[in-house]
This record gives sequence, structure tokens and C-alpha cells, in this order.
Amino acid sequence: MIGADAMIKCLENEGVTTVYGYPGVAICPFYNSILDSEIRTILVRTEQNAAHAASGEARVTGKVGVCAVTSGPGATNLITGIATAFADSIPMVCITGQVKSEQLGSDVFQEADITGAVESFVKYSYLVKDAEDIPRIFKEAFYIANSGRKGPVLIDVPIDIQNAAVKNFKYPDEVNIRAYKPTIKGHSVQIKKVIKELQKAKKPIICAGGGVHLSDAVSGLREFAHKHRIPVVSTMMGIGVMPTEDPMYFGMVGNNGKAYANRAMNESDLLVMVGVRVADRAIAQPDLIMTNKTLVHIDVDPAEIGKNVDPSIPLVGDAMHIFEDFAKEEFECEHEDWIRTLEGYRDTMIQKRNPNPGYVDPAAFITMLSNEMKEDAVYVADVGQNQIWSCNYHIVKGGRFLTSGGMGTMGYSIPAAMGAKRGDMDRQVIAVCGDGSFQMSMMELATIMQHRIPVKIIVIKNNYLGMVREFQHYTYKDNYSVVDIKDGTPDLEKLAAAYGIPFIRVADMSHAQDKIKEFLAEDNTMLMECLVDPMDLVK
Amino acid sequence: MKKIYSVLVENRSGVLCKVSGLFSRRCFNIDSLAVGETDDSKVSCMTIVSSGNQRTIEQIEKQLNKKLDVIKVKTFDEKDSISRELMLIKVKYNRNTRRDIMEICEIMKADIVDMSNNNMIIQICDMPERIKVMLDMLKSISIVEVARTGTLALPKCVDN
Repeated sequence: MIGADAMIKCLENEGVTTVYGYPGVAICPFYNSILDSEIRTILVRTEQNAAHAASGEARVTGKVGVCAVTSGPGATNLITGIATAFADSIPMVCITGQVKSEQLGSDVFQEADITGAVESFVKYSYLVKDAEDIPRIFKEAFYIANSGRKGPVLIDVPIDIQNAAVKNFKYPDEVNIRAYKPTIKGHSVQIKKVIKELQKAKKPIICAGGGVHLSDAVSGLREFAHKHRIPVVSTMMGIGVMPTEDPMYFGMVGNNGKAYANRAMNESDLLVMVGVRVADRAIAQPDLIMTNKTLVHIDVDPAEIGKNVDPSIPLVGDAMHIFEDFAKEEFECEHEDWIRTLEGYRDTMIQKRNPNPGYVDPAAFITMLSNEMKEDAVYVADVGQNQIWSCNYHIVKGGRFLTSGGMGTMGYSIPAAMGAKRGDMDRQVIAVCGDGSFQMSMMELATIMQHRIPVKIIVIKNNYLGMVREFQHYTYKDNYSVVDIKDGTPDLEKLAAAYGIPFIRVADMSHAQDKIKEFLAEDNTMLMECLVDPMDLVK
Repeated sequence: MKKIYSVLVENRSGVLCKVSGLFSRRCFNIDSLAVGETDDSKVSCMTIVSSGNQRTIEQIEKQLNKKLDVIKVKTFDEKDSISRELMLIKVKYNRNTRRDIMEICEIMKADIVDMSNNNMIIQICDMPERIKVMLDMLKSISIVEVARTGTLALPKCVDN
């Protein structure tokens, strides 16, 4: 057995079924050994998308996504994907080939110091120096990626190590990293304090973030919120922790969220934040949530607590375990007036839109689409105006809403949707992007067709980089600079035809519903173009 | 606010870079940094002196603890620690200044460890503020070059 065989055996031991990647000389031993395995390989068209696809798969399955690319440019192309996963705490193992050990540091062909380059975007990284270390390193990498605060781990393997003999392959049963012992269970004293505050509170609210999905605490949170009738708002990454139309759900907070969600959060007397980073787009003014209220911050990462706000009650632990502990506490609380107040806000503080009837109204269209989608469908929103419309008008029922919330990486939706579909082939997966973000990953149409991954793609087309145009509209008084993409954007119908993908165009709302039905009728790849008013705004 | 962090880390290649990179990425100051092996050859001790407000100080400790190569972080104030720094200073001397330099060395408990016809190297191992005094005293004479270890510190002994 050689190092590359050992790498594959490690992946098999971890239950990996798919590796997304792009080969090159330095990773060829690995891609040679994988031929003897059941593990499926998906050849993407640029390395960044291998990372996004692995991320999409991880988010749907809860398992570690895996991508494998070559040294040098292959590895550096992966960085944006790694940074995107890191910002959203997505568990991922990224394998990179590397030049021969003896050539390390001599700037030979396709050498890049990738472990150095990704240092601030990975949870941990390894440069393998001895093939015998492969089983231990892989075991640790998978454990690190998917425990505590999850995140990407990179393993850089020089080609001579991939080719070196491994005498005794034994996949370890356990890991023992003395400096890594994440706190999973919340401290009982802190838990009691939170319960006590909940009993006292007249206006409690839970703000749920992506951490609730990551720790599989969704059902625990829902049960707790319903049992004690505690209203819930979410961050962008938290969308889907409650069905959109759940009576106890009061929308997404933040400067692109619902006004009533922000108001609810600010007027509460007890704010319980769970698995949120308290970053600027969700909480623009941290001071506001620190005044006149008791602030509880629950996170598995102790460094998140106190980073952007100082909570009155810090609670370190995994959200799932914490809601389990909460559920054991019997207590009464009474705040029906508060719920009625919030319902009043939700009914009245509705953003008025004046859609141009000559185009598709993205808001109405997205809601219509949601209602036609399957109950457990996965909706992958890209980045830009399309993302904000998706956040605000997509109705989550029993499915998932995925997007690049932390890094805001354009081009995320198509490769992430590919990974999500591969992760659960029975689910309907729809990528919704803008014409800007579509063109950042449209090369993946080839991957989708080659590997028959039936994801559906919707392009909200306005001929602009709309989010930046909107910013320039407000901030630079319509002095548009490098945001016009009208000239040069290909004819999407012809493009789809070139890939052999069925195409549907929606030019206005008159036949939108029928076209959506047609679009969703079969489990196949389809491209839909929606023409929206170039001057439309998210606010 | 000045704080001393005594950080036990895995003695592996790249760890210094990971720890110092953390400081630069998060815009934390490093006033000084000293690294050396401990009694266990697999463990190194980094003594980092940094300054910042309360939130920064807390974040530094938490972020250090997040690093998988960091085994243990101890944070303490200068007053609660025994801290020392070693400095080697090469100075130029002549007949007129030689006596002055020797007197300074005597007062500051510094040693002259090497000498030629025009230059000498002085060694001083003392508390960080006295190192500064020594440096200021010799500045008026003629310093050729200086090498300093940065602060090394351990929390004071307290019996339970």
C-alpha cells in the first residue's frame, strides 16, 4: 500500500461517498488510487467550485464535505471556497497535492505554500511529512472539521508521500489532541440562570443563527419556542430554523432583514442569541442590543462570546445539547401581550413594493416559486440583490435555505447546489442567482451535465451587478461605475442549448405560475431566466 | 493595559507563524515575543507581551486558546509576575568614556563580557524597566548595536 491508497482508505473509513476536485500532476497518485474505490469523483471546472460543492453537500448531510485538488494554482484557486466555508463554519476536508518534499521551499513548478496561505481561513492545516502519519492525520482532520465550531481543515500531501510505502495501515478509532477539547455541554449554573431570566422576562426573544443548523438543534429550538411561546427571529444563516410561516417566527434581522424583526429584537427585555456571530450585517448597532435588556449569548466557540457584544449571561456549548438541557427544565412564563405586539408589527410593518408590471417582480416570483417547490426542497441563494430578495420572500417550509452569509461569495449557488443535490439525490435543489453571480460559476453547467446532477437554476436577470448598483444609487447619486453587464452577457437560451439544458424565460408575471410549474415538473436540470427591472431595489 | 501571556504550544514547525499570524490578522499588538523549549521537548513556551483594552485582552486569550497547537494560556499582569529580559549591547568607547561605562555597569549590575581596543559588549539581565534605564544611560555614550530577548516571565509563586 502507498500513501495515496492510505488516503483513500481513510476517506472510506470516514464514510465519504463523493470527492469534488480537479486533478493535476501533484495529486495524480490520489486520483489513481481512487479508481479502486467506490467513492465517486466529480470533476468541477474550476477548483473554487469544488470547495463550494463540498460545502453544499456538508450543509445538507451534516457530514464532512471533501475536495481534492493539485498543488500551486489548484490549491490557491481553492482559497475563496475555503474562506467561504470558514466564514459560515462548514465542515470540510480539503486535500491538496504538493511538490516533492525535497523540493519544498525551492519555488519549483506549481509550488505554493498553501498551508501558509490558508492559515487564517482554516480551522487547522497539515503538511504531511511521513506517509505513516496519514491515518492519524485524516482521522484528526475529520474530527476537527466536524466538532466544536465546525470548519474547513486542509491536508497538504507532497507527491512523494502519496507514493511512499505505508507498512501498517490502521485507521485509528479515536483521536487524542491534547490542545483540542471543545466544550459541548453548557454549564448547568449558566443554564439555570437563563431559565430564571426566561421566567422573569415579559418580552423574551430568541435570535437564531447558522449555529443552530450546524449543531442540528433545529427541532430542539422549535419545540422549546413553541412550548414556552417564545418568539424567534433569525440571522441570514439562521433562515429555516423555523418555517417562515410559523406563528412564532418573526423574520430575519439585520440591515437587509425585516423591520419588524429588528424592532422585536430591540424592544425585547431578554434576548437569547444562539449560534450567531453578531456580525455587522445582522447587528449593525451592537450597543442597541446591550441596553435595557438581559442578553444571553450561546455559542460553542468561547471566542465568539464577548467578541462583538458583552452578554449578561455567556453560555458556552453546543446548541443541540443546550436545548436538550433547557427542555429538562420545567417552568412557566407568561408573555402573551408581547406576542400580540409582535404579531401587530408583523402584520403592519410590511415593506411596500411598487413592482414594474413590465417585468417579473422578484419578490412575488420568489414567493410563488416557494409555494410550488417541494416541502423539503433545498433553496440555494447566491449573493447580491437576488440573495436579499430570496431571504425576504422565500417561504421555507420543511426544507433548507443555503447561502454564503459570512463571506458573501458570488458564484456560490450553482456549485453549492450541485453538492447539496449529490448529498441527497431525492431532494429538489434549486439555485437562484443573479446574472452577475451566474457568470461567476456558469462553467459548472458542464459539470452538472457531465455528472448528471439534476439541479435547477434560476437567473434573476437585470443586466447589472444590482447590489452594487443599488449602493451607487444611494451613495453616489446614480453615478454608476463598472456595474453594467448588459453588453457581453451571453444569450442564456443559446448558452443552455449549447450545454443541452432545457430553458425557460419568464418576462413578466402574467404566465409566471405556469412556467414555474413547468420548471419544477421533472427532476432534471433546467435553466430559467427571469427578467427583472434593472432599476429594482431591495429596499 | 499591558498583559503578559505565557503560552504553552506544541513544539512543531509553523506554530510560531500561526500564533504571530493570529496577532497580525486580528490587529493585536505584540510588544515582545520570546520562544523557547520547556522541560518537555515537545512543548515550547511563548512569552508574549501585548497591550490593549479589556475586550482585546480577553479576545487575545480566547483566540489563542482556539488554536489547536496551543496547549495552555496563562494571562497575568507584570506586577504579579517575575519578569526578566536579557540584553547585549555593543558600545564604542575611548579613554574618556571608559570609566563612565564601567560605572554605569557597576550601578546597573551589568557585566562586560567582551572587549577590543575600541568596543565592548555589555550583558545585562534584569527587569524590563531597568533594561530600558540601561539603554537610556548608554545612549548618551555610543551604542553600536543591541540584541534583546524580549520579556520572559512566570507568575509569582503562590502557595495554596
